[in-house]
Amino acid sequence: MVKKTIKDFTVKSAQHLSEAYTLLKLTPTDGTEVTTAMPGQFVQVAVPDTPNTFLRRPISVNFIDRSDNTLWLLVRNAGEGTSRLCEMKTGEHLNIILPLGNGFSMPEENNSTPKRLLLVGGGVGVAPLLYLGHALAGGGHTPEFLLGARSCADLLELDEFKRIGTVHVATDDGSAGVHGLVTQHPAIDSQDIDCIYCCGPAPMMKAVAAIARQNNVACEVSLENMMACGLGACLCCVENTVKGNVCVCTEGPVFNITQLTWQ
Amino acid sequence: MAVDLTTRIGSLTLKNPVLTASGTFGYGEEFSDFIDLNRLGGFIIKGTTLHAREGNPYPRMAETPSGMLNAVGLQNKGIDYMIDHIYPRIKHVDSEIIVNVSGASPEDYAEVCRRIADRTSINAVEINISCPNVKQGGMAFGTTTEGAAAVTRAVREAFPGVVIVKLSPNVTDITEIARAVEAEGADAVSLINTLMGMAVDVERRRPCLSTVTGGLSGPAVRPVAVRMVWQTAKAVKIPVIGLGGIMNGRDALEFILAGASAIEIGTANFIDPQATIKVIDYIDDYCRCHGVDNINDLIGVI
Repeated sequence: MVKKTIKDFTVKSAQHLSEAYTLLKLTPTDGTEVTTAMPGQFVQVAVPDTPNTFLRRPISVNFIDRSDNTLWLLVRNAGEGTSRLCEMKTGEHLNIILPLGNGFSMPEENNSTPKRLLLVGGGVGVAPLLYLGHALAGGGHTPEFLLGARSCADLLELDEFKRIGTVHVATDDGSAGVHGLVTQHPAIDSQDIDCIYCCGPAPMMKAVAAIARQNNVACEVSLENMMACGLGACLCCVENTVKGNVCVCTEGPVFNITQLTWQ
Repeated sequence: MAVDLTTRIGSLTLKNPVLTASGTFGYGEEFSDFIDLNRLGGFIIKGTTLHAREGNPYPRMAETPSGMLNAVGLQNKGIDYMIDHIYPRIKHVDSEIIVNVSGASPEDYAEVCRRIADRTSINAVEINISCPNVKQGGMAFGTTTEGAAAVTRAVREAFPGVVIVKLSPNVTDITEIARAVEAEGADAVSLINTLMGMAVDVERRRPCLSTVTGGLSGPAVRPVAVRMVWQTAKAVKIPVIGLGGIMNGRDALEFILAGASAIEIGTANFIDPQATIKVIDYIDDYCRCHGVDNINDLIGVI
């Protein structure tokens, strides 16, 4: 396993994708290479100068771009801490602990029949799927994406996803793609899918997991339980699993749905 | 000038006064990517009970201004698992390992301590009579002099090593409890455990924690903790270990000057996994800058 490090990063760019979402591209301040991370792993970001926030914010790795040595974090403005992160300016610094958590499991290589892999994301939950999609494509697979959002304005990094594979879209208001939830999109309800990777709001992941179970399709979900340390010490972020309460920060954030007690 | 940072807690000699607070540092190994565990005065491992405990349901944590509430509820795999599976992985570390012990009855506490004495070479236990997040035991023992005395007596008989009793701040007069456990043979007291608190999600009109109330930690509690350490250090002859919202070396020195012979770093570990080492280095620098050649010259000068 890659050693965890604590490091200062410099904001190379802060791109406001919509009112609620900002894409930060960060590079290590000391000029070293961005630590290797597996798709699905996350980082813990210290929020600078906010009186009412105290703990770090766990944010999944959106992408690691080796061409310009940047770590990409897609941040949703969900409160005082993430609001400060969304306001970061080029040249400012962030202190980050990485890489954390387990990551998605990769399909076996050297398998003669090509796998059909569906990556389902909702809202800011699309973030880890970009990095996962790149890794899968790099491993010779052809990932397909099913992305959900409230409206077309909230569909994040669509062009980035389209460069990797087929993209299906569902929006709550029908402004793009299928009108409705990702679970109402025909792309998801197919028995010839080999594996679904899913990240998004809990109700969405539970609904996707239910479909996967029904169709007997393997499925991994990435949870975002509230956490303090991110290192398995505080035991605050636990999820009830078939093994009892386990830390999402160390045993997850990615779980195979067979491990969860969701019904 | 070499500064002597060694400090004594009963028969225990710590290489420096910096310990970690139970439940904030796992079993130490979670932090080994970030710091050299051998540099610590010691580390106090997660609250351990006789039998495994699943702890409280999620959500167990809420961030609050300059602090956090937790209601973990002593999730742990029980003393036998700790001794058989975790202890072998950490016993080589060259700093004191102290086990935080909790239980539902004085006999539970005593039995856990007995197994530690019989099956490990651990020299010290910290007796948790102050956990606000369990229904049975925990703080129930720590809020009366009788309860605190009964647990201390049972542990004293079962454990030949150093017995530290961790006190609750959720009492009218913490010095009464401290005197009661001193009278039963405790070698030291540590304080404070978390302050009972509550936070409400106003949009959902629900408490933030599954247990409604939880324990407040972090810099928000520090002035309360410093005050209680100062009062307690004046009231007992045994050493006092101070904790509560220590984020850096300056904070640690507040406790030492107020009477703490050692300090514990807790919530700060969640934010900066290197906080312990930074505190040790700061205390060392402070002593050099101020011409102090022995940390003991600073303890309780107020």
